Amino acid sequence: MDPILLARLQFGVTTVYHYFFVPLTLGLSVLVAIMETLYVRTGQDMYKRMTKFWGKLFLINFAMGVVTGIVQEFQFGMNWSEYSRFVGDIFGAPLAIEALMAFFLESTLLGVWIFGWDKLSKGLHAVVMWLVAIGSNLSALWILIANSFMQEPVGYVLRNGRAEMNDFFALLLNPSVGVQVPHTILAGFTTGAFFVMGISAYHLIHKHDLPLYRKSFQIAAIVGMISIVMVSLNGHTQTQHMVETQPMKMAAAEALWETENPASFSLLTIGDLSQTREIFSIRLPGVLSLLAYNQLTGEVHGIYDLQEEFQQTYGPGNYIPPVAVIYWTFRFMVGAGMAMVALALYALFMAMGDMFETNPKVLRLFIIAIALPYIANASGWIMTEMGRDPWVVYGLMKIEDGISPVVSSGQALLSLIGFTALYGALMVATIYLLGKYAKAGSTGTVVPSLPDDQMPSLVGAQD
Amino acid sequence: MDLNIIWFMLVAVLYIGFFVLEGFDFGVGMLVPVLSKDKDPQMVDLKRRTIINTIGPHWDGNEVWLLTAGGATFAAFPHWYATMFSGFYVALFLLLLALILRGVAFEFRSKDENPRWRNFWDWSIFLGSLLPALLLGVAFGNLARGVPIDQNMQYAGTFFDLLNPYALLAGLTLVIGCVLYGAIFLSLKTTGELREKASALARKLWLPTLVVMLALMTTTYYATDILSSLGVNPGAVRVTGLAAILLVGYFLRKGREGWAFIMMAVTITTTLITAFMIMFPRVMISSLNADWSLTIYNASSSPYTLKVMSIVALIFVPIVLAYQGWSYWVFRKRIETKPEGLTY
Repeated sequence: MDPILLARLQFGVTTVYHYFFVPLTLGLSVLVAIMETLYVRTGQDMYKRMTKFWGKLFLINFAMGVVTGIVQEFQFGMNWSEYSRFVGDIFGAPLAIEALMAFFLESTLLGVWIFGWDKLSKGLHAVVMWLVAIGSNLSALWILIANSFMQEPVGYVLRNGRAEMNDFFALLLNPSVGVQVPHTILAGFTTGAFFVMGISAYHLIHKHDLPLYRKSFQIAAIVGMISIVMVSLNGHTQTQHMVETQPMKMAAAEALWETENPASFSLLTIGDLSQTREIFSIRLPGVLSLLAYNQLTGEVHGIYDLQEEFQQTYGPGNYIPPVAVIYWTFRFMVGAGMAMVALALYALFMAMGDMFETNPKVLRLFIIAIALPYIANASGWIMTEMGRDPWVVYGLMKIEDGISPVVSSGQALLSLIGFTALYGALMVATIYLLGKYAKAGSTGTVVPSLPDDQMPSLVGAQD
Repeated sequence: MDLNIIWFMLVAVLYIGFFVLEGFDFGVGMLVPVLSKDKDPQMVDLKRRTIINTIGPHWDGNEVWLLTAGGATFAAFPHWYATMFSGFYVALFLLLLALILRGVAFEFRSKDENPRWRNFWDWSIFLGSLLPALLLGVAFGNLARGVPIDQNMQYAGTFFDLLNPYALLAGLTLVIGCVLYGAIFLSLKTTGELREKASALARKLWLPTLVVMLALMTTTYYATDILSSLGVNPGAVRVTGLAAILLVGYFLRKGREGWAFIMMAVTITTTLITAFMIMFPRVMISSLNADWSLTIYNASSSPYTLKVMSIVALIFVPIVLAYQGWSYWVFRKRIETKPEGLTY
């Protein structure tokens, strides 16, 4: 088998899998910190139970994120040694800084948080949770700084046959960091919010510990609403940035074969299997121009023209990414995002009134909606990474040039099978545990339904 | 002293930090099934939980030292990172599988009552501690001994070339050293029967550890080029190391486990310093041709990157040491073999 295909498959499988856990860590850490802060501020036992309940789910998820993250740090060298040699001077730095500044912080202090309930004061314990949340999100920042270099190389000079850093601050202030970081971190908050809303909805339907889950739902609805709206707005900025910096990715995402002005937005496009021609397409005229430039006219380059252009710049070769994958992942991401905007709006509306128990059907919708952020997160990253094809570092290094020459197909196949099998088994165990603890609820057992005395109000409810 | 030397030392410090900290929690992990033996299955579970809880707050923070060492190698010596990680592919793959299982096991094992579930994760902790210690020992044995590196900085051997007798001896030394270190740690962190058993085991393990260490020291003169690089005179580091491992035995006999623990940390530190001294200024010694070795100069990042990273390290290493030290201070008390007060 082709060693490049195997190495790419392994990177894809392990990274998508890792990223199944990361966004929830980013969002839920902050939500748990907010809950614990409410506990410290009000002294109410409900907030302590709330913190512990969501904290337990956070920990199961966090453990998986940590262990699958180790693979990420190792496999650049293991499978992509020539890539590592070429970019190590500039790409290694943010990874090392991530470990030193963020990973140490979250890992060490999470241990303190788990075991420190009786050893630290209430306030200090909450501070520790905030530091865990900050550590997790700082970690995302540095990883995205590294990834942004692959999307849009800056701050380097080509010397000694490799990309050497010559401006650290250019690396940090990479325009791609500016659009990727808010998008990713807020998507994490959205994931946390929909997770909390979905599981709270389950308990609201079954009338367990109502005040606790109402309040959880409210907190998540507020965080979720703010986050998903900001993710969407930022996504728009990111699209415009993509048109400028990676036009091929944009053209593929829209299956735009010919250059158009005004450019149309594809509602549905069916291509042939070779992914080089379209068979059928329904398009909204002018909408892509609108997305790209905030006006109804404006030229967006098509795939054929870009291919021509790239051949002239970079030499002969195929510069067209797998269009169907990019096209559909873009649609899954945007579609899931729009559904989340609608749901978050409704959730906020519901949380402000007294509509929790009156509408179990809608609540059930929120349980299913837990899947939405996961779909959006995975497809967003698949689009971002595969849309860069054939580049591993945009415009600088092609994927096939980055691979480890000393790793045989047999070895790559062995590790691909090994990681996939272990990850599959662990996914079963994780979902089992998450399901078990999510259902067990805040008291470990089912709490009989309480008389519906009073509904905590949305803001400042510290009764 | 130039930045390349400083970064070589810093990478060494990160690996030493890793082994000094994770060393005892690897040992504790391997002792989970050993020290928990009891006729009463419920007592077995309680003992296992107690053992795991002694390292519960720390293992994750300890493990980050390894990741940081990897990250620092990538940032400061990209060719070292690329050559070693691709060359030791299968070994690192096994290491990753073991570390994944181990990390998940700590979090998952007590979250379900089913004895088979718990037993599975307990053995994952055991294997997940044994295998990394063995593999990393083998890796360092090979780093000191030299491995086939060709003129293009690529590893030219196979996985089985790494399993030579000297490297395996280094792996065995690290495994038994970790077990001894873990037993001393447990004798400091537990109470009652568990504490006595751990302490008795530590006393029993000292002599075999000493023998294996002496064997490693002796064979190092034949297997590596230590004579030409460091000379016949063992020097302060190795003399300190030898004194420290002897003092471990002395303090164990005197019942001074705290001192024995410190001496064990000194033993591990000096052993690793010796390995890095043998390598210096090379980072990967080529057994094919001395000119093909990777050195702190031909494998390094640019001076600019090293400067940036030095500033970052200067700021953050002390901060990390401060809060990690604090986390050990918070959990300084012994853990009783009672269900109350156990978190995991």
